[in-house]
Amino acid sequence: MSTVIDAAPTSGRGLTSSVPNPRPFRLVRHSLALAKRSLIKTWRTPEALIDVTLQPVLFLIIFVYVFGGAVAGSTHDYLQFLLPGILVQTIATGAIAIGVNLNTDIAKGIFDRFRSMPIPRSAPLLGAVLGDVVRYVIVSVTTLAIGYLMGFRIDTDLFRAVAGCLLAVLFALCLSWLPVYVSMKVRTPGAVQGVMFALIMPLSFASNVFVAADTLPGWMRAFVDVNPMTHLVASVRGLFLGTPLNSHVWWTLAWCAGFVAVFMPLALRAYRRKI
Amino acid sequence: MTADLVIEAEGLVKTFGRTRALRGVDLAVPRGSVLGVLGPNGAGKTTAVRILSTLLTPDGGTARIGGFDVVRDAERVRQSIGLTGQYASVDEDLTGRQNLELFGTLLELGRAGARRRAAELLDWFDLTDAANRPAKTYSGGMRRRLDLAASLVGSPDVIFLDEPTTGLDPAKREDMWDVVRSLVRNGSTVLLTTQYLEEADALADAITVIDHGRVIAHDTPDGLKRVVGGQTLEVRPADPAHLPRTAEILTRVGSGGQADEIRKGVLAVPVTDDTALTESVARFATAGIAVTELSLHLPSLDEVFFTLTGRTASDDDTTRPTEVAA
Repeated sequence: MSTVIDAAPTSGRGLTSSVPNPRPFRLVRHSLALAKRSLIKTWRTPEALIDVTLQPVLFLIIFVYVFGGAVAGSTHDYLQFLLPGILVQTIATGAIAIGVNLNTDIAKGIFDRFRSMPIPRSAPLLGAVLGDVVRYVIVSVTTLAIGYLMGFRIDTDLFRAVAGCLLAVLFALCLSWLPVYVSMKVRTPGAVQGVMFALIMPLSFASNVFVAADTLPGWMRAFVDVNPMTHLVASVRGLFLGTPLNSHVWWTLAWCAGFVAVFMPLALRAYRRKI
Repeated sequence: MTADLVIEAEGLVKTFGRTRALRGVDLAVPRGSVLGVLGPNGAGKTTAVRILSTLLTPDGGTARIGGFDVVRDAERVRQSIGLTGQYASVDEDLTGRQNLELFGTLLELGRAGARRRAAELLDWFDLTDAANRPAKTYSGGMRRRLDLAASLVGSPDVIFLDEPTTGLDPAKREDMWDVVRSLVRNGSTVLLTTQYLEEADALADAITVIDHGRVIAHDTPDGLKRVVGGQTLEVRPADPAHLPRTAEILTRVGSGGQADEIRKGVLAVPVTDDTALTESVARFATAGIAVTELSLHLPSLDEVFFTLTGRTASDDDTTRPTEVAA
């Protein structure tokens, strides 16, 4: 700084200029630029990926080898049954992290900087949500990779297997507006975690993730049958193993649309009020 | 509205719960000038800056930047301002370069333009060597420079600097002052908040003093110094036995007041003449008095406030608003 140059570099944006040429798709481009910011942050803190890498591995190994024999008679049969469930459970709990991160992030200076810039107010939030898609893809890849090592096999074809993974990623993307909303409403990152686990845990256990739904008591069936995770697991199972899809994919998509329709506006409104 | 006022605020009021942070603040900054907003913690400085930079909506009063209302035309205002403060900062996980390129992209400079602008600013702020390190590894001075660089990416006409040097050591503070001076040479209009009269005096064309959410004085630095008293010359003779003779000399070079022993072994006298320092050195030499300390001081914020309000800035009372810098 001892050699401060006289002329500050300028590039001519200012009060006198008219409205800057309104380039199209501003929200999309800004959100993508901000999604890249999330990716860089993820890349720099690999330990933040434990929930989407180590967790599916541990769950698969523990459940398959501990319960496989008792639940399904053989560990291989149970692995075939369980893997789509673990994929869905991990991807759903993986969506909690965005709420935790945003709750920490928003108190820091960077969000005020964004707000003082001429960009859409929702772009930083949309960017963070989009950036997490990478985490959900990692869940799919890790779960399938460890599954294959343990003996899991896709019974359909590559096209349907990829479709199953994409459906799960889409589900997590839409579901993540719920933790985003919660993160705007509670005070600490720990509280986000607590609230979200209280919501996700019953959803993932009172479902067809670990056992076939028809083994559950009747009163619980009523809940299980509308549980969005049940529909997603049945869809992924069908796409991976060829079991009947029925209307599960449509129900899953309906739930996805529902999450976005309800929690995205709520989250954006809470965000505008909070900051 | 006066044509060349770039920043104008009239009667700004902001209340947080039961805390009245601003109770009718007027500010005016002509194009190309620097306004120093001087006040203690909790005076309302940060609240005022947050309103002017569209981060907060005032409960009362109006503010315009370049003629655009900060509430109704917030988007236009955001196109012409740069904000630097401890709250408006950078992403600590990103490198200096990544931060600046991100802001450039968001400001529609285009990919190549954002890259070029980032390189330019990194170079200008002497951060090129640290450009590829995450911002959280930067020292305090580097962080302030990066924060300031981040607010300049869009070449804003109006720059808000909220306590830009608080916590910096004196050398780093001088560096920051040089940066501010060169911004002004380039035609920027700057609103700077500070707790130091010295800083406002060094940089500002006009100073607005605020306290408890109200403007208590507005003047040029010279005008303000005339009111609150000019500089103080402080001397510590090497031998305490020389204190009486030192006091005699100081009283003679001073602007009329009697030299006082302000701390043990240190004498002080108010001075107005720029030659007082050199003159006193010559007189000490002639008198054969060795001195171990000799310095000129502007009045501290406490002294300014005592003169303006009859109580010290740190005096507290129940109506005192706390500054909200969320």
